[in-house]
Amino acid sequence: MMRYILKRVLIAIPVLIGITMLDYLIMSLAGSPLSMMTGPRVSQAALEARAVQLGLNQPWILQYFTWLGQLLQGNWGYSIRTYQPVLTMISANLGPTLLLMGTSMALGFVIAIPVGVYSATHQYAKGDYAAVTLSFLGTSIPSFFLALILVYVFTVRLGWLPSGGMVTLGGGGGDALDVARHMVMPTLVLTASLAGSNIRYIRSSMLEILRQDYLRTAKAKGIGRYLIINKHAMRNALLPIITVAGMELPMLIGGAVIVEQVFSWPGLGQLTMSAIMSRDYPVIMGVSLLSAVMVVVGNLVTDILYAVVDPTIQLK
Amino acid sequence: MNDTSRTILLQANGLCKDYPVRQGIIPHTVGSIKAVEDVNFALYKGETLGLVGESGSGKSTVGRLLVGLEAPTAGQVLLNGQPLGLQRPRGRGNQGTRLQMVFQDTFSSLNPRKRVGDILTAPMRYHRLVTPKTAWREACRLLEMVGLPAAAYERYPHEFSGGQRQRIGLARALSLKPELIICDEPVSALDVSIQAQILNLIRDLQQEMGLTYLFIGHGLAAVHYVSHRIAVMYLGRIVEIAPAQALFTMPAHPYTKALCDAAPVADPALRGRERTVLAGEIPSSIQPPTGCQFHPRCPHAQALCARVQPQLLPCASLPPDHLTACHFAEALLGKGREDAV
Amino acid sequence: MAQPMVLTAGRESRGYFGTVARRFMRHRLGMVSLCFLTVLVLLALFAPLLTPYEPNKLVGKFSEPPSLQHLLGTDQVGRDVLTRLLYATRISLLVGFAATGIATAVGVVLGLVSGYFGGWVDMIIMRFTDMVMSFPYILLVLVAAAIFKPGLWNIILILGFVDWPGVARLVRGNVLSLRETAFVKADIVAGMPTRHTLFSEILPNTIAPILVYATSVVAISILDEAALSFLGMGVQPPTASLGNMLNGAQSLTVLTSKPWLWAPPGVMIVLLVLSINFIGDALRDAVDSRNIR
Repeated sequence: MMRYILKRVLIAIPVLIGITMLDYLIMSLAGSPLSMMTGPRVSQAALEARAVQLGLNQPWILQYFTWLGQLLQGNWGYSIRTYQPVLTMISANLGPTLLLMGTSMALGFVIAIPVGVYSATHQYAKGDYAAVTLSFLGTSIPSFFLALILVYVFTVRLGWLPSGGMVTLGGGGGDALDVARHMVMPTLVLTASLAGSNIRYIRSSMLEILRQDYLRTAKAKGIGRYLIINKHAMRNALLPIITVAGMELPMLIGGAVIVEQVFSWPGLGQLTMSAIMSRDYPVIMGVSLLSAVMVVVGNLVTDILYAVVDPTIQLK
Repeated sequence: MNDTSRTILLQANGLCKDYPVRQGIIPHTVGSIKAVEDVNFALYKGETLGLVGESGSGKSTVGRLLVGLEAPTAGQVLLNGQPLGLQRPRGRGNQGTRLQMVFQDTFSSLNPRKRVGDILTAPMRYHRLVTPKTAWREACRLLEMVGLPAAAYERYPHEFSGGQRQRIGLARALSLKPELIICDEPVSALDVSIQAQILNLIRDLQQEMGLTYLFIGHGLAAVHYVSHRIAVMYLGRIVEIAPAQALFTMPAHPYTKALCDAAPVADPALRGRERTVLAGEIPSSIQPPTGCQFHPRCPHAQALCARVQPQLLPCASLPPDHLTACHFAEALLGKGREDAV
Repeated sequence: MAQPMVLTAGRESRGYFGTVARRFMRHRLGMVSLCFLTVLVLLALFAPLLTPYEPNKLVGKFSEPPSLQHLLGTDQVGRDVLTRLLYATRISLLVGFAATGIATAVGVVLGLVSGYFGGWVDMIIMRFTDMVMSFPYILLVLVAAAIFKPGLWNIILILGFVDWPGVARLVRGNVLSLRETAFVKADIVAGMPTRHTLFSEILPNTIAPILVYATSVVAISILDEAALSFLGMGVQPPTASLGNMLNGAQSLTVLTSKPWLWAPPGVMIVLLVLSINFIGDALRDAVDSRNIR
């Protein structure tokens, strides 16, 4: 088991290096962050001095290895725009994003598992059609449009919920209830699309399992419907659920960019957007690295959980 | 039949095929499976050579090596005395299509998305054996030859039964006018009642067109039915090769004898006959036994067998076209005769 | 000689795609969606004939509510919203199908090559695919959109090059299993060229799953274009796109008092994407081999 994990980690390293290298290349194609600083009060000489100071006059591959070398010593670099350490900026913004995405993903599964199982076990019934149609709706509606509708209804018309931010500014805000009130709409938007795709995934894998011969055998033995679904089918349906969870793990980091933008949620998405707009390389690199690591970890955790749940999978 | 009057169509010399075994965190070759080990035989024009053995004996690999689906690790194949390029068939130039194959799996051997007519005509058209105009007529002729109506041209493979699909497979092999057709267990996947029909078709086609076959199979009965000569393989080597009748009546290798004895005989009077019954499993070909590969399961094994690999040689008391790879073939044959007296 | 045998008589011989089409037509929601999408495509194609206005011309007062002259009112600078909606649908469909075309072409070629030749070619292509897939999707799109000047064709290219890895993996997986089939072996034995094996034997067997996957790529591309344009990084005004028509709704006055400006393009996106997704679902059922025959 340890050997297996070790092997997977070893394979992940070149992939990570490749991803970050690709990031760096694309970013350097995007243009120099200094082009955003030009203005009447900035002299050409000062700009060049700054470029040398940041190492921007070097070819991108050298810049990349400088960045990588620093990273290995624990230095994630400094933001070109705000001069803050990237790690500090990321950790300041990580919390709100994890809170938002974590809640939405959890809700997505809490809704999708029972609905998906119900839908599969009642294939072609009215409830199934309703669930499938709703799940399609959830994945077909653009998040920003759903967000606008919610703001229109709950803020503009009803005045129940704040339209953006994480806490009410100026006195009184900041407690858990206040944050929760701010979270309702962004969470709803994210949950709609997550639950939508999860329902379809769980439904189809459950259907797949229910078609298998051993379940027919179980049915023939006269084991009740409840036991069949919960004991025999559910255990095998865990595999696809784990797969989706593994695939969605990276979304913890990068899944909420648009929603955060619309609701002014002070998370990583906002940080990323503003970093992209100002070509703030070190910050973009930090976020990309974080999400790449999440992808790799997601895959690894999926594989290991697979092995735990399914004894027939041999770890080689 | 005597050998001198016949021409050799194909000659296999020292064919070997190893598959590397890779393991470890950083995969590296830790050993090899010797699927085919020093296989030599000749195929005469117009005959059928049967190739039998248990699964894992390397008989199918020999077939794939001949048609070039795989490249041998060592050895060469001569076709009409000319060495055959042993890369992929495409590297063989116009020699490539002189060897064709009929496959075991009748379901995956025909592309489900193509009509039977297209399956049959595509190779002929590519090799310019027909023009677009004559392709249809030629395909219908082939279909008729294998006992299918011309209407099959327009149909898709899933509309046919397993036996009918195998007929189409034969027609495809025939379409390129090959000199040798390798039948890789062509009836193993079919119902018993259908098997006989296909075997008869294979024999009839040979008589009509003077075809040469290498017939690979694991059922002795089927192989015996179509073959003039039979080669028996065990763990990648040929252990005995002889005219079909002689192999059955006078098996010289203990393994062949065991195979013959294992075949059911529809005669209650023979129920009490002495039978060689094999014990144990076929050994791993990653670490094959030393000496004679059969010795761990051989009832007559002696110390010499574990040390020295026997060569495929004629026996003094048998006709020269009966070769066997056993140190004690002569002695065992003598013993068999004494028992019979 | 064996007698000519009787084939299962009766029903006319139908190819695989005939069977799929027949099964698709039994899917009610899929058929309704297909008809609906066809109407939308026709409306978008013939937009110039259907509306008396030009999409980028000022034809009325600012932000006029819907009236008989302007069925969906006019926007902040006085352009006809319905006209712009039709032209924007055109753009969205173009982006969706063109991006999917690029993604599918790239994915199919790389998947075929990777799966058929294996070895180090496969290794390199697959590691590259992993990398592109490990890239946070939206980040990739945003960064790419920031690099290249936002604009219609750049958006199409970006989305096309972001969506190919899924296709490549799908095709590769199919090729890997098809490569071992006897009909491919028979092709090799018959000395057929590789391109024949790849395009005439293997590809026809992967078209069905590719088609199913491609419908989801169309839907995703339309959604992504809308999101990018909404953020101001996609199709640039004055060209109307469903996303940038919604852009104005970020201001509270528009959101609050001028719903005719933002509701129609939003609803249009939902309807477009929903119908494409339903078609994809129906296709998936129709090509499912267990249901065939």
